[in-house]
Amino acid sequence: MGPMVGALRPSERAALRQLARNELPRLYALARRLGGVDPEDLVQESLLRACRSFGSLRDLQAGPKWLTTILTNTWRDWLRKDLREPDEVPVEEDGPFSLYRTIEEEDPYPYSDTLHVDVLGAFSEHDVREVLQRVPPRYRVALVLRYIEGYSTTEVAEMLERPPGTVMSQLHRARHRFEREMWDYAGESGLLVGAAAGEGRGQREVGS
Amino acid sequence: MTPPIGCGEAVRRLWEFLDGGLDAADHLQVEQHLAWCLRCCGEVAFARELRGLLRTRTGITLPDDVRNRMEHFIDELGEETEERSRP
Ligand SMILES: [Zn+2]
Repeated sequence: MGPMVGALRPSERAALRQLARNELPRLYALARRLGGVDPEDLVQESLLRACRSFGSLRDLQAGPKWLTTILTNTWRDWLRKDLREPDEVPVEEDGPFSLYRTIEEEDPYPYSDTLHVDVLGAFSEHDVREVLQRVPPRYRVALVLRYIEGYSTTEVAEMLERPPGTVMSQLHRARHRFEREMWDYAGESGLLVGAAAGEGRGQREVGS
Repeated sequence: MTPPIGCGEAVRRLWEFLDGGLDAADHLQVEQHLAWCLRCCGEVAFARELRGLLRTRTGITLPDDVRNRMEHFIDELGEETEERSRP
């Protein structure tokens, strides 16, 4: 048992509940995107922590960001082991992968004038969410906070308690990793097969 | 006059360039590179699309049953904190 925490005053309690209600959809989505844990449990635990440290929130305007920080930290506590595990892809292989150039070289839509856009268009919302979950947690968290939640690199650095330079290189590697996972996922799930061999697939379906 | 940069360096900075996260000198170098390098212009357009896709195609809606449970949880938030967090 932790030490007894002074109960919140009624006005504080009302403010926290209102804030939690307003932020609920976003917190749930954030928990799902961070992934690897039960999103509902993560949101609940984060709100309990928020309750215990409500005194540290000086300005209600900063509430959404404050809750994001608490949820991210709770997630990191829960995933501490996974976050520390060494990446299976070596550093030197991780850096240079470029989806743009790979698409150009592999040319999955030979008759298209808008090759790159076509490839991205093949990904549904489900596909992109899947790809995001394939990115290792410590890169995924950077992508989610920076590019989905829209926090600045400086803010992400504060949230993750890392120097901005570290977050920059984490983001850099995260982007390449995301691009690589996009490409691998497209190959594994046959996302791009339909385009180049669309007629062939149609005929098979008719014939079966 | 800022020294020119190659494609590798330009590509490395692209996302930060798009986000306005580069300092003025680094930003200018990328701009100058893009002024003559068609291929990197393609990379910029692609990076912009990809970033947009990450933002717009990862939508998650709160299911009704989860919302109901969570709102009930929130209604009691702050009440006997220690009592409720006890296993
Ligand atoms: Zn170039």
